[in-house]
Amino acid sequence: MTKMLAVFKEEEKAAKATEELEKAGHTNENFDILTGSPYPEGAFGEAEPKHHLYVYPLVGAFVGFSMGLLLTIATQSAWPLVVGGKPILSIPAMMIPMYEGTMLGAILFTIAGILFESRLPNLKGGLYDPRITEGYVGITIEVAKKDAGELQKLLEKAGAEEVLRRES
Amino acid sequence: MQQRVALPHKQINADLLNITLKAPLWWWITVGVLGLFVLAAFSSVAVLVNKGLGVTGLNRPVMWGLFIVDFIFWIGISHAGVMLSAILRLSKAEWRRPATRAAEVLTVLSLLWAALHPVIHAGRLWRIMYWAFPYDFSRGIWINIRSPLVWDPSAIFTYLTGSALFVIVALIPDLAVIRDRTTGIRHQIYSILAMGWRGTPRQWKLQIVAGFLLSALLLPVFVSVHSIVSWDFAVAISVEAWHVTIFAPYFVIGAVHSGVSAVVTMMVLMRWLFGWHAYIREEHIDALGRLLIVIATTWLYFFFLEFSFALFSRESQEIALRELQVFTWPWWPLFLTFILAGYVIPVGLWLSKRVRRSWVMMFWTSLLVNIGMWLERLIIVIPGLSRKTPFSFDWGTYHPSLIEVTIIVGGYAFVFLLLLLFAKAFPLIPIFDIKEGQTLSENIKIGRRTVPALRVEE
Repeated sequence: MTKMLAVFKEEEKAAKATEELEKAGHTNENFDILTGSPYPEGAFGEAEPKHHLYVYPLVGAFVGFSMGLLLTIATQSAWPLVVGGKPILSIPAMMIPMYEGTMLGAILFTIAGILFESRLPNLKGGLYDPRITEGYVGITIEVAKKDAGELQKLLEKAGAEEVLRRES
Repeated sequence: MQQRVALPHKQINADLLNITLKAPLWWWITVGVLGLFVLAAFSSVAVLVNKGLGVTGLNRPVMWGLFIVDFIFWIGISHAGVMLSAILRLSKAEWRRPATRAAEVLTVLSLLWAALHPVIHAGRLWRIMYWAFPYDFSRGIWINIRSPLVWDPSAIFTYLTGSALFVIVALIPDLAVIRDRTTGIRHQIYSILAMGWRGTPRQWKLQIVAGFLLSALLLPVFVSVHSIVSWDFAVAISVEAWHVTIFAPYFVIGAVHSGVSAVVTMMVLMRWLFGWHAYIREEHIDALGRLLIVIATTWLYFFFLEFSFALFSRESQEIALRELQVFTWPWWPLFLTFILAGYVIPVGLWLSKRVRRSWVMMFWTSLLVNIGMWLERLIIVIPGLSRKTPFSFDWGTYHPSLIEVTIIVGGYAFVFLLLLLFAKAFPLIPIFDIKEGQTLSENIKIGRRTVPALRVEE
């Protein structure tokens, strides 16, 4: 297989190139786009990214709440010293660490979710060009070795400044 | 009228990384000078640890002094960042772009310094471990969950962790920009920090969703933090003037007032120091000025309620404390300064558009607010304690020692130093956010004018 990265100076040309790719029989599941800043969804005809990030804070909140509940009940029960005539398990006071535990759990799980769903850290690397963070748009695609030459021509014709290749 | 100018991505990178890639001479000199102040402050902490709290001006009945005053102040400053950033993100306010990162970093750094205050105030710093964390496994003596002095660390820990992670997650795309512009060991470090970021649509989508999600999660935490700080006072029955239900919202809005003012001060400084004239524009401080009028007036309303209800009750303790705060030397000039600096002068000036669009005026008025708000905390804490209360049996007064003043002054240097160090390592304005703003904007013609407009995503 051959991995290719076509680098475009103008976003319009990159968008046109993806149209040409689709015409040549490559669906938007086959190629990926690299940009230096967010673009409106579908600007390059790319597939809509699916994710489950919204589930993570809910799970985290449940875990955090449970930890907060356990911490407040267990520590107070372990040393049941009455202070100021207040009950050992004082619900209003317990609610505060439990609330903070809930929020902390939700935040930590969300962060984990962001990294996992973004596929970070990305240890495999892959074809990349530093010009991407200078405003260039990259299109990455993987094709069979025999089709690589034809595809390179298509991308160059569509306006790619450079097409990088890596055989695997 | 928006004053945006179209800039190529290459120039945005160069402009916003000007300090990060090559720090000017003034940066090194300032870091050196601030480092000396910080050294003095931490040496003073060492003296305090060695000699004990006797080196401070704390004495019965005033056992909460400048450390606690400054603690509340810095917690307040820390509220600006995430509040401002979160609300502006959630409301998709376009002018948020240059302000969010600086505000979030200010949150983290000021919270870091704020959290050290109670630790230093304890005198024997290591004992905080026993009081604040469920740590003493061997002896089975646990923290007292019913004490607000335990609620505080739990809230601050959550807020600090959340805010720091919020900053780090939003930094990842910008770390990739630095990675692509550095060589050698710096390139290797930034490559590790960028975690292989490539800028795929999936990564960008998650980055944007993460901004909204974390904003929504951090907003309730930020409200809880200053509420809980206020409960350090409000749940105590010993000092009558503190034992009021309005303290939580009053503290929260006061924190927002001082915090957003601090963001304005910081943005003006960033523009001056880093030359980011194309990014931090008059329209930004104008918008912040208008926001501050609303925030300050809401704060004044809560202050009025807190003060007038205390008088309305006609309880002798309340009346006596207000008399001490407002009419007695040395508190009355401080009270007057607090009202003038905290509200009357800045808000009066902000009503003028010319002032809101003047960098010099906005710098000094926002600084004035924070002088006023620092005095507000002083007037709440010290006079409240120096009166005889049912549990202190004594009248007293408080004179801060040189050690305390050195630590407090060094704290300001500490936060500013960390900000400069952050600016050396990372961009203080989110590069990708500015680029997105450029991508989404286009010039449209209205009548004879060509103005920038936004392409709104449906």
